[in-house]
Amino acid sequence: MQPLTFEPCDLPDAAEALRDDVRAFLADELAGYPVSKRAHSWIGFDADFSCKLGARGWLGMTWPAPWGPGRSALERYVVIEELLAAGAPVAAHWIAERQSGQLLLRFGNDEQRALCLPGIVAGETYFCIGMSEPDSGSDLASIRSKAVKTDVKGQSGWVINGRKVWTTYAQNSHYMIALLRTGEAEKSRHEGTTQFLIDLSLPGVGVRPIRNMLGDEEFNEVTFDEVFVPDAMMIGAEGDGWRQVTAELAFERSGPDRFLSAFALLIELVRFVSTLPPEAAAGAYDAVGRLYAHLSTLRALSISVATRLDAGEEPALEASVLKDLGVTFEQSIPEIAQQILGIAPRLDCGSDFESSLAYVQQACVSFSLRGGTTEIMRGVIARGLGLR
Amino acid sequence: MSDERNMIAETVERLFEEHLDTTVIEVAESGIWPTALWDEIAANGLDRVLVPAEQGGIGGSWEDAFVIIRAAGRHTAPVPLAETIGAGWLLAQAGLDVPEGPLSLTDDIARVPWAAQAVQILIAAGDGAFTVREPGETEIIPDRNIGRDPRDGITDPGTATQHTGEVQTIGALVRSCQMAGAIAEVLELCVTYAGERVQFGRPIGKFQAMQQKLALLAGESAAAGIAAQSACRAIDRDEDAMFAIAIAKIRTGEAAGKAAAISHQVFGAIGFTDEHHLHHLTRRLWSWRAEFGGERIWSERLGRAVAEQGADNLWPGLTQGF
Repeated sequence: MQPLTFEPCDLPDAAEALRDDVRAFLADELAGYPVSKRAHSWIGFDADFSCKLGARGWLGMTWPAPWGPGRSALERYVVIEELLAAGAPVAAHWIAERQSGQLLLRFGNDEQRALCLPGIVAGETYFCIGMSEPDSGSDLASIRSKAVKTDVKGQSGWVINGRKVWTTYAQNSHYMIALLRTGEAEKSRHEGTTQFLIDLSLPGVGVRPIRNMLGDEEFNEVTFDEVFVPDAMMIGAEGDGWRQVTAELAFERSGPDRFLSAFALLIELVRFVSTLPPEAAAGAYDAVGRLYAHLSTLRALSISVATRLDAGEEPALEASVLKDLGVTFEQSIPEIAQQILGIAPRLDCGSDFESSLAYVQQACVSFSLRGGTTEIMRGVIARGLGLR
Repeated sequence: MSDERNMIAETVERLFEEHLDTTVIEVAESGIWPTALWDEIAANGLDRVLVPAEQGGIGGSWEDAFVIIRAAGRHTAPVPLAETIGAGWLLAQAGLDVPEGPLSLTDDIARVPWAAQAVQILIAAGDGAFTVREPGETEIIPDRNIGRDPRDGITDPGTATQHTGEVQTIGALVRSCQMAGAIAEVLELCVTYAGERVQFGRPIGKFQAMQQKLALLAGESAAAGIAAQSACRAIDRDEDAMFAIAIAKIRTGEAAGKAAAISHQVFGAIGFTDEHHLHHLTRRLWSWRAEFGGERIWSERLGRAVAEQGADNLWPGLTQGF
């Protein structure tokens, strides 16, 4: 068995030194930003806010020159955990900064980097994820959207046809990184896929919102009808899509966004419990104590993973474990709130607690789907343990 | 890990490999004190890891102690090593001499670990105080927990001088470290077995239903390990370790229940037999989980402290380690 390595680690002083700055900025910027909005966590979209973060130098912090200041991943960690704890509206830049930019740095070419990274660092260029398709959810290797090698008017490139779904904020995004089929899967089903950088303003790209069960329009269907991209928009090597997408998913799965997305509700839950008379609060204290123990432990695990990532290691197994535990924790918050306190979620006129509960209770079912379902994550863990 | 801690880890692993096997556990569980095992531990000074060097101890840190106590849990050592380490630290902190030999500590005089063997028993006296009792001073009523380790009743807690020290908190810390070790061992046994045991023509670990359970178990093991070690770090730093120890006891206790249940499901009937080693671990996990305050006691205490800090201090408190 491959041992699971989780050593408790401290955030270095240079990272801790950023915390007060970020808190002061957030106290100022988010004054009056309602709890019901904070409850949206990293689904809250505000392009102006992303630009302000860019102006502070808090996007692409870890990227090397000339793209970024090359600061440590642990400094970035402090910034993003503060943003998440405050329920800041980070969705505009979130995917671009968390995974797309990282992917272009690692596998992309300089043309792609020059096209996208300055805008991401400024908080102005947004990305969506092109993985799932109508017939390919957990079984990502079965994708059918295609890129075919071609020449158009003497320019060598690829013609793309197909559909991607559940593309969060595609309607506001400038680019998609799409996993597409470029060849047959012969020896392994993971063969024959390649990633492309697609400008969503190109002719032939269609974006149609898919209203979710909360009534919100966040995710979309994106269609490609004879969309031409030049050769330079292929990311990495032809046929390396699976390997690259696996690396991209590691960025997507390992951060504190995997256990802090219901934090606004937890704060309100604690606020409510604080008002109870102690003699009647034993059950509520018990619930809060358990949640706090889980949260604190998750943060220790997360900092441990971040420290290893910062040291250049690839703790993929540990990141999967963290996501699985984190999602379970997040989903337990509305469950416990309902069990212990018996307060009904309210949509329009509720208290901060009732309205954040209303949002999280509904939204949380997606937490164990996005970024890989719980069942897939546990399969990944089992593989890491040597069982598959 | 520091060099010294690596050395301690190697010593303790080698010692248990050489001097602790199923037979030793079974004999101890039948009520016979495992003299040879204890003598080896004492000869290596492992029981005195937290005793200052000027009193003949190692003068180590709680993170050093974590390595030893976790190993004691992993190997289900049927001796009061965790108790002796914890009690030794409390005595030294209170400015008292730490006697040679096994020590015990308790927050419940009806369930004193190894009361008959301990040369001193530290008894919680409330309000952060304890008294020290020698076994000759009281009648002992032999009893055991379901780990079949001695948990004896004593009839007379005495009215001896009170010293300062949190017996229940330190007891909770050492139990957390033991649970972290035992859960890691349970995970390893389960993964190995699931890779070997063949049913329906393939190893049972190839079935998704098994993989899902083992993945859960891996998560519980990871959480338990880091929670216990973080509590040791907190106490080393002289932080108010109540939060960290409460977190450790709550999280390892919850993980213990889940790990025991999953492991028995993985092992099937063979894991329910007397001859199999699994129950040495799981019976102790169920016992340790409840001792020195179960999850409910610690979570009420922690939850109340969090509520009293107030919602707006939730995040600042968390990032400061309390």
